[in-house]
Amino acid sequence: MLILIARRAVMSVVLIVVSSLAIFVLMSFVPGDPALTILGEHATPEALQRLRESLGLNRPLYEQYGDWLFGLIRGDLGTSIFSGEPVAKLIGLRVGVTVSLMVGSVVVIAVFGVALGLLSAVREGWVGRVVDAVSLLGFALPGFWIAIVLVAIFAVTLRVFPATGYVPPTVSPTGWLLSLVLPVIALSIGGITIIAKQMRDSARDVLARDYIRVLRATGLSERRILLLHVLRNAAVPTTTLLGLTAVSVLSGAVFIENVFVLPGLGSLVTSATLRHDLPIVLGVGVVFAVIVIVINLLVDLAYGVLNPKARVVS
Amino acid sequence: MRAAAAQTGSFAVPARRTSTGFTAALLRKPVAIAALVVLIVLVVAAIAAPLIAPYDPIVQDTAATRQGPSWVHLLGTDSLGRDLLSRLIWGGRDSLGGVALAVAVMLVIALPVGITTAYAGGRVDRVIMSIIDIVMSVPTIIITFAALAIFANSMTAAMITVGVLASAAFARIFRSAVLATRKELFVSAATVTGLRPFQILTRHVLPHATGVVLVQTSLFAAATLGIQTGLSFLAFGPPPPAPTWGGMVADASKVLATHPWMFVPTGGVIAVATLALGLLGDGIRDANAERFTAPIRTRDLFQKPAAVDSVVPTVASPLLSVRDLSIGFGEHSGLTVVDAVSFDIAPGEIVGLVGESGSGKTVTALAVLGLLGGTGRITRGSITFDGLELVGDLRALAATRGSGIGYVSQEPITSLDPTFRVGSQLIEAVRHHDRCSRAVARRRALELLAAVKIREPERVLRSYPHEISGGMAQRVIIARALAGRPRLLIADEPTTALDVTVQAEVLTLLRTVQQETGMAILLVTHDWGVVAETCSRALVMYAGQIVESAGVDDLLDRPRHPYTRALLASNPHGARRGETLPTIGGTVPSPADWPVGCRFAARCPLAVDECRAAPIPLIEAGPARTSRCIRIDALITDTAGGRP
Repeated sequence: MLILIARRAVMSVVLIVVSSLAIFVLMSFVPGDPALTILGEHATPEALQRLRESLGLNRPLYEQYGDWLFGLIRGDLGTSIFSGEPVAKLIGLRVGVTVSLMVGSVVVIAVFGVALGLLSAVREGWVGRVVDAVSLLGFALPGFWIAIVLVAIFAVTLRVFPATGYVPPTVSPTGWLLSLVLPVIALSIGGITIIAKQMRDSARDVLARDYIRVLRATGLSERRILLLHVLRNAAVPTTTLLGLTAVSVLSGAVFIENVFVLPGLGSLVTSATLRHDLPIVLGVGVVFAVIVIVINLLVDLAYGVLNPKARVVS
Repeated sequence: MRAAAAQTGSFAVPARRTSTGFTAALLRKPVAIAALVVLIVLVVAAIAAPLIAPYDPIVQDTAATRQGPSWVHLLGTDSLGRDLLSRLIWGGRDSLGGVALAVAVMLVIALPVGITTAYAGGRVDRVIMSIIDIVMSVPTIIITFAALAIFANSMTAAMITVGVLASAAFARIFRSAVLATRKELFVSAATVTGLRPFQILTRHVLPHATGVVLVQTSLFAAATLGIQTGLSFLAFGPPPPAPTWGGMVADASKVLATHPWMFVPTGGVIAVATLALGLLGDGIRDANAERFTAPIRTRDLFQKPAAVDSVVPTVASPLLSVRDLSIGFGEHSGLTVVDAVSFDIAPGEIVGLVGESGSGKTVTALAVLGLLGGTGRITRGSITFDGLELVGDLRALAATRGSGIGYVSQEPITSLDPTFRVGSQLIEAVRHHDRCSRAVARRRALELLAAVKIREPERVLRSYPHEISGGMAQRVIIARALAGRPRLLIADEPTTALDVTVQAEVLTLLRTVQQETGMAILLVTHDWGVVAETCSRALVMYAGQIVESAGVDDLLDRPRHPYTRALLASNPHGARRGETLPTIGGTVPSPADWPVGCRFAARCPLAVDECRAAPIPLIEAGPARTSRCIRIDALITDTAGGRP
């Protein structure tokens, strides 16, 4: 297990270096003067010069990148071009929103996806058809469209949940939960159907195995077989997919945070991108990379717990 | 091999490769055609926008804002009075063009990389694969945002970035598709015939990998459309007033409360395009599967088993009594695989159920416990255990399983749940039957392991199934079957999967346990050695019927059915060194091909016309024995001795 964590740690360093290097290399491809491209043609020569210096554009690319990397090691992600605030501070203020949104969605996806999948594996008929129909809709309709419809129905018309905005849990735990309900639903629908389908296929596969037949012959109740043996065996392949789904929820959160005006990393990176505020984009990139690493590590750990054979291999 | 035969019942129709054209297969799918038509319409409309769009997409008409659909504006107008249909047609250029660009970039990188790594193998493969692993973990969305920040909100830059980053994952998928194809037999055959690698690649490997590539490409296109419209929804890409699908959803959302209609066509076009790409992918996958896999023969047979008056080999006060049991598989259970089987088992006796693969012996044994897999159903007959009818009564079945009738399966290793420790599975069974505390159950589990002669019961309890040997696993399975103190044990080929030395030990164990507990055993086997050593009586099955039943000594020394005789003769236990082992010519007919008359006639050296004319009943063939043969007299005088 320690070896696994060590390997993940090395991978995460490589990943962060590769992601940030990709952005720096992209910057070198910008035709003409990046400062001009970023600030536009109406910028004053002083502003252009200031930007060049703050970006370090007058120095070679490897020096710029080296500086940024050393800053990263010290926990310094540079400063925002637009506001001049430290990027690390901006991210620190907002990371909680994105993480609570993501964790909430992954929990909802896991619970509902697994339950629906298991149910439709044993009940032929309407449960399966509902899962199929909803997953078709979840596949076809863009997440931001679903989010807006949810706002229109539950916030504007029914007034059950707040339409937009975020309440920190320190201010009001209930308000915090309520402000997350609609975004979490919008983020979860697609993932629930993906997990439900995978769970249904895995559960059917497990149900056809020899040991299920032998367990039935032992006289165990169908409920116990399903909730203990089928669930645990089918969870092994589902866990891998849940990790991938968690990563795509993170991407989806960028769009959903904008719809619900949640002050998370997604809305931060969107506004930064619209203002060409590259240090912020780079900083959020690092945080996202770390989150992806953590997800992968958790999937590995869960895999080891669920599947005793994997423990021997790793 | 044997396990595979058991699973498919070995009556599977031989696979036939079809050479259906891929396009033809795809065109037989209405949903795929509809999806394709929708996509073509959307793409053509976007390309021909200047010709077909009814209005200029950016001209405002302040007299006609936020209108619903009408003949003047088919899809209505937006907040500035611009025609929605025209804007959607023009907007397709941005969205569909962006998706096409990302797909093209992805394919241009992923295809060569995937094929190269698959072919290069070794170190090159490992290096490229680890690069792919790293790129796959890069947060795509942030790099795309970075591209937008650097390249002045250029959607082109964003879509190229999406394509480049996705190429890692797809190179990996294409690599496995090529690898899978290369392992296929026909590719090895082409290699042997001396085709050059490039020819093999273009003629044999790529056509087979095409299906995977197309399916993945259409799914990627659908996902990319989601990203593309999401980005334009967030105001990236061409600035207003240029029409974009995502931007139009954003416009519509601002007036959703008062004018909800605008929201329908703008989101609708994205949904329709995404759905079309997804359904096209599904269609391609199905068409491709049809092209390269054998179709399953679905001949509905509805065979009416011929009613013949057979003698039933009964015993006085039976523990288990099976009468007229027929089992069907497939649609409407139309394919009969077990045909009017009747037998009794008395308390404490060991009965062998003997036959080749596909004779229906395992299916019969499973039916007693209500454990038929897949589409199998009992279509006729009754099974009573201790006077209780089990067919159709789930509660009686649940009460009998484990405590009345125990079950030991063919494959010991796959019969244990791989994710739980042996101890937890054994204790689970004990607690189910004894309703006792965990500590008491654990003591009983240790006793059971001792009863099946396991030397280190504590260690085995702590082990996972993959940590113990096959012989050990079979002892555990037997211990678990004994947990409910059953009065009948159904053992389905309990020694077949084990090493020869272990086989003998497990058989001895079964006999010991039988003597200690006084339970009856139904032993399903194809091995006459097992029958001779263990059973007092045996039933011989052939093509879904019992063809002979007798005491083991009578059966072995004086078979009264040509099939039994041939089976005995082909048994390696009876062979002498240096002598060619006789085999039975021909194969067991599959249930779809059962003849009207004697089912063994085609392989029988004694068969006459009368054998093939009508169903043969089971008749008395001596004291306490029956046979399904009308040529017993000829059999007795025949000197060929089972060497057809």
